Amino acid sequence: MKTVSSLLDSHWYERYKRISTLNIRSSIYDVTNRCNLRCKGCFFFSSGEDKAAGEETDLAKWTAFLDAEKQRGVNLAILIGGEPTLCLDRVEQFYRRMPTYCATNGLIKVPRDRFPDMMVGISLWGDEEDEKRLRGKNTFLVSSKNYEGDPHTYYLYTITPKQIGRTEKVIRKIGDAGLKVHMQLLSNDEGVNGFSWRDGELSDLCTEMDEMLDAYPDTVISSKYYHKVITTGRMLDRTFGWQECPSVTEPLDTRNPQPRRLIRFIRWASDLQTMHRCCTSATRDCATCKDGAAHMSWIMVNKRAHMRSSEDLQNWIEVYEMFAKLYQFLPW
Amino acid sequence: MQQELTLQEVVEGVAQIIIDELKLEDVTPQTFDPDLDLVDEVGVDSMDLATVALVLQDEYGIAIDEDDYPKLKTIHLIAEYVLQRAPVNN
Repeated sequence: MKTVSSLLDSHWYERYKRISTLNIRSSIYDVTNRCNLRCKGCFFFSSGEDKAAGEETDLAKWTAFLDAEKQRGVNLAILIGGEPTLCLDRVEQFYRRMPTYCATNGLIKVPRDRFPDMMVGISLWGDEEDEKRLRGKNTFLVSSKNYEGDPHTYYLYTITPKQIGRTEKVIRKIGDAGLKVHMQLLSNDEGVNGFSWRDGELSDLCTEMDEMLDAYPDTVISSKYYHKVITTGRMLDRTFGWQECPSVTEPLDTRNPQPRRLIRFIRWASDLQTMHRCCTSATRDCATCKDGAAHMSWIMVNKRAHMRSSEDLQNWIEVYEMFAKLYQFLPW
Repeated sequence: MQQELTLQEVVEGVAQIIIDELKLEDVTPQTFDPDLDLVDEVGVDSMDLATVALVLQDEYGIAIDEDDYPKLKTIHLIAEYVLQRAPVNN
């Protein structure tokens, strides 16, 4: 029988031990149905999720709900929207109770006197040209000023096909602002012309992402194995899709056989009663889903499958470390 | 009347369940080191533990509290946990 210590030298084994007992149990929360942007390709609005449920406005109901969530074993709250910073009172209820990650477009600054160490992930959809085309404005100009040098903030850079060959300029700007960056891929849910992936592009992008990680290791939070999996949709001998995705809301998960999945994971709508199917749009074709978190989790829940060789297990460790850094379970 | 279970019997029973449920290769209940750390060495995660716990509950007629999972680090510790709770031994 292959054991962890038979596959790893002492350096890697120590790294494994640092993460093996973290036991992270995340859920995702729509904090509000409103946003101060309307980006082309945002799954929340393009699939009508903003209208799927009402919005609970009674703060006391949010606090009671979150106490129950904590009882349910959730130890990482991932806040999405709409735009969570439009409802900072709600965000504060999460932050007081558990480790919290707040996704934002960065146009509103999270006040650090109220949220001194909350992890903030700023969405970025490319360079100025792509940002203006897809989001109507260059959000980087505002967000980079709001969060310059913030040690608890990183950019979640959604790479579009038009970014191939141009990512370095964006990454350098982020580094110059004293911030980190994590990369994921556009799924183009609204079919914006010219923003769908064509044959060969993802392979080229994988190479470019690897080069960025090598060139900017202090800025880029990533791993080459993650690049490979997200650009190919393949992990070990398996293909990503509905039957493999780990990020399906547990009470709605009727798949048979059950794949390996995130324990207790639920994506809640902002009425605090409605559950969405998964971490992204229920109208998205799972076979072409490029969601970075889903692919990362897919790797993470398949630890023992990666125990077939030292290289596979080291790849798994690097992805888990990347996740743990992005959500502050490990330092940068 | 059912006979009381011995620690060795439960150790081998638990080992067999883990081998079957996790589809482990190149190991038998007799060769599985009962003191091997299941998380640190075998790579067991919380989903694996939940799967194994369900079978243990059926096999031995016990209830396993999810809060106890962190204590169930080795086959030996699981067997002792089972013995303390198995109806036939109480």
